[in-house]
Amino acid sequence: MDAHALHPATSTGIPNRKLAIWTFIGSECLFFASLISVYLVYKGKSLVGPYPSEIFEIPLVTVGTALLLFSSLFVVLALNGCEQGNRKKFLGWLAMTILCGFFFIGMQVYEFTHFFHEGLTMQKNLFGASFFTLTGFHGTHVTIGVIWLISIFIEGVRGHVPPAKALNFEMAALYWHFVDVVWIVIFPVVYLMNS
Amino acid sequence: MATSVLDHAGAAGIHPEKTGFLSWITTVDHKKIGILYGASAFIFFLIGGLEALVIRLQLMKPDNNLVSPEFYNQLFTMHGTTMIFLAVMPLSAMFFNFMIPLLIGARDVAFPRLNAFSYWVFLAGGLFLNSSFLFNAAPNGGWFGYANLSSKQYSPGLNMDFWAIGLQILGIASLAAGVNFFVTIINMRAPGMKLIRMPVFAWMTLITQLLVLLSFPVITVALILLMFDRLFGTNFFVPLGGGDTMLWQHLFWVFGHPEVYILILPAFGIISEVLPVFSRKPLFGYTAMVFSGCFIAFLGFGVWAHHMFSTGMGPIADSVFALATMLIAIPTGVKIFNWMGTVWGGSIQMKTPMYFALGFIAMFIMGGLSGVMHSAAPADLQQTDSYFVVAHFHYVLFGGSIFALTAGAYYWWPKMFGHMLDEGLGKLHFWLMLIGFNLTFFPMHIVGLEGMPRRVYTYPAGLGFESLNRLETYGALILGFSFLVFIFNVIKSTRSKVHAPADPWNGATLEWAIPSPPQEFNFPVIPTVHGRDAFWEEKRAHGGMMPEPPRVSGAGIHLPNPSYWPFMAAVGVLLLFIALLHHDGKFGPLYIFGAVSVLFYSIFHWVFEPAEG
Repeated sequence: MDAHALHPATSTGIPNRKLAIWTFIGSECLFFASLISVYLVYKGKSLVGPYPSEIFEIPLVTVGTALLLFSSLFVVLALNGCEQGNRKKFLGWLAMTILCGFFFIGMQVYEFTHFFHEGLTMQKNLFGASFFTLTGFHGTHVTIGVIWLISIFIEGVRGHVPPAKALNFEMAALYWHFVDVVWIVIFPVVYLMNS
Repeated sequence: MATSVLDHAGAAGIHPEKTGFLSWITTVDHKKIGILYGASAFIFFLIGGLEALVIRLQLMKPDNNLVSPEFYNQLFTMHGTTMIFLAVMPLSAMFFNFMIPLLIGARDVAFPRLNAFSYWVFLAGGLFLNSSFLFNAAPNGGWFGYANLSSKQYSPGLNMDFWAIGLQILGIASLAAGVNFFVTIINMRAPGMKLIRMPVFAWMTLITQLLVLLSFPVITVALILLMFDRLFGTNFFVPLGGGDTMLWQHLFWVFGHPEVYILILPAFGIISEVLPVFSRKPLFGYTAMVFSGCFIAFLGFGVWAHHMFSTGMGPIADSVFALATMLIAIPTGVKIFNWMGTVWGGSIQMKTPMYFALGFIAMFIMGGLSGVMHSAAPADLQQTDSYFVVAHFHYVLFGGSIFALTAGAYYWWPKMFGHMLDEGLGKLHFWLMLIGFNLTFFPMHIVGLEGMPRRVYTYPAGLGFESLNRLETYGALILGFSFLVFIFNVIKSTRSKVHAPADPWNGATLEWAIPSPPQEFNFPVIPTVHGRDAFWEEKRAHGGMMPEPPRVSGAGIHLPNPSYWPFMAAVGVLLLFIALLHHDGKFGPLYIFGAVSVLFYSIFHWVFEPAEG
């Protein structure tokens, strides 16, 4: 993807792809900042229910949040294993990360279905519209992250991610951390601040 | 035109498809992608220009009925959208693509395949938007798509769906290019090319990419919400459901104001390259130029609400945004004075690029002056929605961006295509453009202040608008004709086959050190840079001129392989958005699934394809 062969070293010493993923993440910050702003602007502006306080299940989401946070630690350990060439550590912790991702997506699917049965849809009120848009786009990012990590896992099992190619994994890990950080903002702003 | 690039690059011979149609589909060469951008953007520019001419013919006399009010709405919406997203931005992208690697001494951009992807997605977005004409459903709610004009209730047709989806496609192209060129400029500079030694065009490109990266996500969110409103029945911008139409304006202009700097900063960069070369003097106040560019970009994120003075935000918000807007005049003034300082006392060579560059300074000052007038909120309340505003932004966008891009085209044409454009025809182009431009847009200041409103398809007789409007239409025809002269110049010069030397203008920057057109690998040996104006420095060290650089074999130089997958991924993106338009049809979910499959399949092939030959 990048042009290592064209230039022996980059001007800054940072690999192109690493700089690119950081740049992309910087851009994504504005994407989520806009979605969160929209949610906050429409907070308390819904004309009809269901309202957030009637419908949120904080304990379930707290567990999801905790697992997503732990997965950030797991992915650090997995990357460390990859860089050391420690296959067991690499693939083991990566599998744990993917499992946490799956649980989070599962939690969100359950939550969305539950809300739907309670009568909350995107069309129902502004809360539904802004909530589903914000958390839905976050969930899409988690899903893409899980697909990316699974691809790395399969490549790892086939022995295609040696320490020299750890950057392939590091990019996915950086993206995964970002997706976590966004959730760390969403969880208090959306779920905890609704008294 | 560009076949000569291919002929000569044969020496590098490691790739299967060198020539012909497929080589353009699969190319990852930044120079070929630059030419693709330029050719496509110029065609869109002509389409947008034709739309403008029809608008002018409709307004030539009072109570005219050349076009219906409904079609007129489509014309001005598509004219604005086309010129901004499909003409000026990609014409700048042509120069980013072709010139940035050459200016910083690199063999290609950081991600050649991503670069191809950006182009194909841009083309897909442009075709998607314009295909709306085939359904007689071109966007008709203005280039700003104000809520709730753009709502399903007030725009029931497909028109604004095409707009909301088309701009999302174009946003993907811009963001991908933004990441690519940001990384390229930060990371791919030749040894010794410190940031503070870079040509100003590279600096302005870097700043422009930052603006793209930080502002396009905001418009993307706004467009997604609008799309959800229109396709899925949400109420983000529907007052009946509690939605706030002001939120649209804030989101749109948080993007929209940085966008005007996305349109003008590359122009500033081009002018900063052209003026020193034809004044035979280094750029006056280089660091001030760089930092004023940074300052403009920074302030550009803090002035969006000056587009909204008439919405009644209250005196405090109005004052803050008015003052911030006036502040931008300072770094812009710094630039203008530095350009004049560059020309001052220079040994001026009046070649065609210099004509357009000097024309740019004069026209841009006029646009800037009317812009400062808008920054005063009370004055703006009188001017808003009138032709005065139309005059203002055409002086900065046409008198600014298009004059500068034309200067860049005449300046870099010999480098890009290997032959010179005719000087006489170039100067004719300049005078026709200058006269036509001023005849078209200067009277708009007057009719605007007299109260002629924008975006209204006609005006009654007897208000005193007739003669100036007729004059504007004649001006627009002259302006349109000036570009026919340009096209004739291109055809004539291409046929004459007069080969351009490597360094026809005694240039200051690295692109003039290599043959025209450059070979596929750009630099046989990556240059080492010892100061600003790197090539002038090198020539001075060698006692004046350098010998014509020979075309050499590129054997042993590794270049990225051509690839089908960026094109295929772009097709996937296009299919996905078309599928969104058809989401409620019988096979809607099937279409979406198919499109996502094409996209993922292409991305996986892309990722696992060996990148280098």
